[in-house]
Amino acid sequence: MERNKLLVGTGKGLVIFQKQYGNWKIEKSLFIGMPVSYVYIDERTDEWWVSITHRHWGQKLHHSKDRGQTWTAIPMPRYPADAKLKSGKAATLRKIWAFSHAGNDRPGELYLGTEPGGMFHSKNNGQTFQLMEALWNHPTRQDQWFGAGRDHPFIHSIVVDPRDSNHFYIAISCAGVFETTDGGVNWKPKNKGLVAAYLPNPNVEVGHDPHLLLACGSNPDIMWQQNHCGIFRTTNGGEYWENITGKDDFPNYGFALAIEDDQPDMAWVIPATSDEMRVAVDLSLCVCRTEDAGKTWTSLRKGLPQENCFDIVFRHSFAKAKGTLAFGTTTGNLFLSQDYGDSWVVLSNYLPRVECVAFA
Amino acid sequence: MAQIRFTSALKRFYPDLKPLELEVSSISEVIASIEEMYPGLTDYLVDEQGALRKHVNIYIGENLIEDRTNLKDIVNPSDEVLIFQALSGG
Repeated sequence: MERNKLLVGTGKGLVIFQKQYGNWKIEKSLFIGMPVSYVYIDERTDEWWVSITHRHWGQKLHHSKDRGQTWTAIPMPRYPADAKLKSGKAATLRKIWAFSHAGNDRPGELYLGTEPGGMFHSKNNGQTFQLMEALWNHPTRQDQWFGAGRDHPFIHSIVVDPRDSNHFYIAISCAGVFETTDGGVNWKPKNKGLVAAYLPNPNVEVGHDPHLLLACGSNPDIMWQQNHCGIFRTTNGGEYWENITGKDDFPNYGFALAIEDDQPDMAWVIPATSDEMRVAVDLSLCVCRTEDAGKTWTSLRKGLPQENCFDIVFRHSFAKAKGTLAFGTTTGNLFLSQDYGDSWVVLSNYLPRVECVAFA
Repeated sequence: MAQIRFTSALKRFYPDLKPLELEVSSISEVIASIEEMYPGLTDYLVDEQGALRKHVNIYIGENLIEDRTNLKDIVNPSDEVLIFQALSGG
């Protein structure tokens, strides 16, 4: 299916771009004035989901079965009253960070990753959600999970194995990558090889900060992560993570990551200077691509601003559909490439802060 | 009966929202009555444990309510109750 729409979730609404005769133009804006924090396209059904994180009114979720023509508000997932935070207070939904279908053999089943540190499961296409209790009660949670830039840990990546829907991974900031092979009954940390440079023991089993986790469609045992402490890749389903951060002062910090499903050695990142300096490196925006599993990285700058640029790119603000890539920045710029990142064009310089992008 | 008024910001989500006159004796009863008349609206005001959302305020007369967790503040028939959001910039 050709993905001829680009959905851009911003701090003040959802902006929809439409591809026409090779050009991408704004078709319309929806939810104007509202902070659209996440957009998900269910590839099984082409249904759209939009998450809105209101400043005052809490987290909301909207669903469209007709590619954005009409929308239905969905009752929000609820933490049970006995789901307690480390402080002893009852957990309440702060934000939806991740959304995934549960596998092609599970029609109507969905997963949500949330803050504080929860995962919810729906068996009726989002009409109701249940907290996945085994993960919530994981023995590492109380003492080894913690928030990163937020008050509480949050689950921002959900990767379901297309070969076996009982097998999936999640990534938590901060805790790390966890795997289940029985549909969420049992969970194991999968963080060997990762580095948590901010902790007294950088090689802890739990306490890592993956910023985004993706699996290769043609070989799901190959996964990539842009981590707080570098770029990592595994070829064995997370048994061991290899640090593939570039050498020679190549920046290791960032949030955004895209991978090529048909070429397991190919990926893109968009570096920021550092944890302490969250701006484009040398105030010059670049996308970095590897075609050899991270042995070498190429900086791609054609069409991107090369001076006085403060932009960084959030974890869900970089999307790919075959050779077309798009990313939106914290200062409201939106860029698109139709040649695997070799060159870029500006789609807009006037958006609010971009929170997420998705092709549809 | 107590007079209940709302911030105009809520009309974005509930365009038919109007001031109410309610026979209630507490803020929790106000919230329950609102939910009956405007299903789903209380999800904008309180979290799933029933506590007032952090950036939502309720006044009884000129006083902010004290019990944001269980909403047990007393409402008298002569009271005016104002429900609004905390002001913010950006």
